[in-house]
Amino acid sequence: MSSSTFAVHCQNVLKVYDTGGQKVTALNGVDLDIAMGELMMLVGPSGCGKTTLISVIAGILDQDSGSCVVFGEDLLNMSSRNKLNFRARNIGFVFQAFNLLPSLSAAENVSVPLIINGMKRSDAERKAISVLEQVGLGARVTALPSELSGGQQQRVAIARALIHSPRLIVCDEPTSSLDHETGRNVMTLLKDVAMHKDRALVIVTHDARIFDFADRIATMDDGHIVEVKTAGILASPASASKACTPDAVEPYNLAPE
Amino acid sequence: MNHIAIKMLMGDKGKYFGIVMGLTFASLIMTQQPAIFLGLMARSYSFISDVGLPDIWVMDAKVQFVDDIKPLQDTELYRVRGISGVEWAMPMYKGLLKARLVDGTFQTCNVIGLDDATLIGGPPVMLDGKLEDLRRSDGIIVDIDGAKDKLGKPASTPGGSPTPLKVGDSLELNDHRAIIVGIAKVTRTFQSQPVIYTTYSRAKSYAPKERKLLSFVLVKTKPGQDPAELTRRIRASTGLAAYTQAEFMSLTYEYFMHNTGIPINFGISVLLGFIVGAAIAGQTFYNFTLENLRQFGVLKAMGTGNWTLLRMILLQAVLVGTLGYGLGVGLTALFGYLMRHSILAFKFPWQLLLFSGAGVSLICVFAAVLSILKVLRLEPAIVFKG
Repeated sequence: MSSSTFAVHCQNVLKVYDTGGQKVTALNGVDLDIAMGELMMLVGPSGCGKTTLISVIAGILDQDSGSCVVFGEDLLNMSSRNKLNFRARNIGFVFQAFNLLPSLSAAENVSVPLIINGMKRSDAERKAISVLEQVGLGARVTALPSELSGGQQQRVAIARALIHSPRLIVCDEPTSSLDHETGRNVMTLLKDVAMHKDRALVIVTHDARIFDFADRIATMDDGHIVEVKTAGILASPASASKACTPDAVEPYNLAPE
Repeated sequence: MNHIAIKMLMGDKGKYFGIVMGLTFASLIMTQQPAIFLGLMARSYSFISDVGLPDIWVMDAKVQFVDDIKPLQDTELYRVRGISGVEWAMPMYKGLLKARLVDGTFQTCNVIGLDDATLIGGPPVMLDGKLEDLRRSDGIIVDIDGAKDKLGKPASTPGGSPTPLKVGDSLELNDHRAIIVGIAKVTRTFQSQPVIYTTYSRAKSYAPKERKLLSFVLVKTKPGQDPAELTRRIRASTGLAAYTQAEFMSLTYEYFMHNTGIPINFGISVLLGFIVGAAIAGQTFYNFTLENLRQFGVLKAMGTGNWTLLRMILLQAVLVGTLGYGLGVGLTALFGYLMRHSILAFKFPWQLLLFSGAGVSLICVFAAVLSILKVLRLEPAIVFKG
């Protein structure tokens, strides 16, 4: 399959951080493909390189070597200006800590990507209200983030990630700050409103309770992709209990039990 | 993105208030202290500016400023009158004499003797009586501040304010009787003594007997005559110093600027205001940016360019700068208005607005540059850090 048929096609990606003279290899030759219409989860212990990998995929961090082609574009070879425009048009972000702008209302927060893409503020806010209605927050459009519950804030963040119809949505621990039921609701919402045959979702998570939402799960350790499996295998109760341990250092046992 | 920048700025009311107050304080100090300084310095030459009619002041060549009296012989007046281009030349006496008050105490007064015939050089505003009343026997005119305070009659009740002198009251000047025929308002000068106006000949009779008693010759140029050219002619013909009114004011101003500690003292105040204002506003604004770094990171990750972020920070800086400057300048103006009847010197020319505006702008640019550098160097990947 050629790289242009994938949403994301990463080959031999290497990223080394220099932390005060000490070199830390975050990505050590990562190969990963994500297909269009796929929901891929990245799991693994803390420090294994998951966040670095989605930062590279999202075009907010440059790898040292290797290539990462997103929708046919090699981000490393793009100019800064083109990369900004690429991100603004094609990438949606959902964060663990929501990262909503605290002084903006829900509708204003959701409208930000459209404003960045040059839409008039009034039009953007009108569209934001309709997207908020889709995620069940039509009655809270004027609320500030501080006036919303964690689940509601994450819904606002999802609406913000979707409003400009990006082709890749990158989620970092989207359910970690939420209780079980709210987390599952958020994932259901993400899967319902975000999944599309021309769009891909990458979710970094430790939360084994949501593994069953994934199409495939890639397990990382020590800067490598250790294993890529379909969701059903890793989502089994025994594996899930291991994957839930954030600081686990051993690779997960991905073998069927 | 401008509305997002403004909402980010105003979202945290406490910090927003802190930044604006820091700039208000800086603006207030950088406007109010120079205003007092300028007011004080204007007093150095206010006696000259109060004398409106003459174009040229003639005096001894060694005089350094208006209160540095080096008397001339009366014959110098006639020499000046003889120079071509002089419309008229009048004598003026200026000296410190002791007045004996009703209660027997003495008060040093600044006595001004005006030409007997024309009374040129008289007080700018008469509050009671007329300037011409100086021609009456033993007549003097006293300034209102002196009449109310230092020359005032003893208070009717112990510890009370003195009873102001009024027209008809009398004083003793160097053992000569003097009757108050008018009360005048004069611009305050550096000297705190009461000001007494009388005729030139009477002033000479009050003054201790000396061969030379003429302080200044006041000269009017003939129509069409260039005053600067005439001053050169007077200097060349008489060997005396001759200055246009503006030159004499400048000479006096420069003397006080270079020979007193006033400029350095006020300069230190203004500098301190600038430094403290820059420290408070700069630090608060920088902290505000640091605390919003994640938000800037989110915007950057979502595709906001550095130029847009730079504009957002500049807008925030301009907004707080304008508010702080406006409040500081407004408070200064209010201060000046409330103090308008007090002894405090205060002068608020439009150039001062530019000066403090430049100061506040510098602080804002300093604060904004610190913040901008931080945001420009920001890695958008910060958004994924916990």
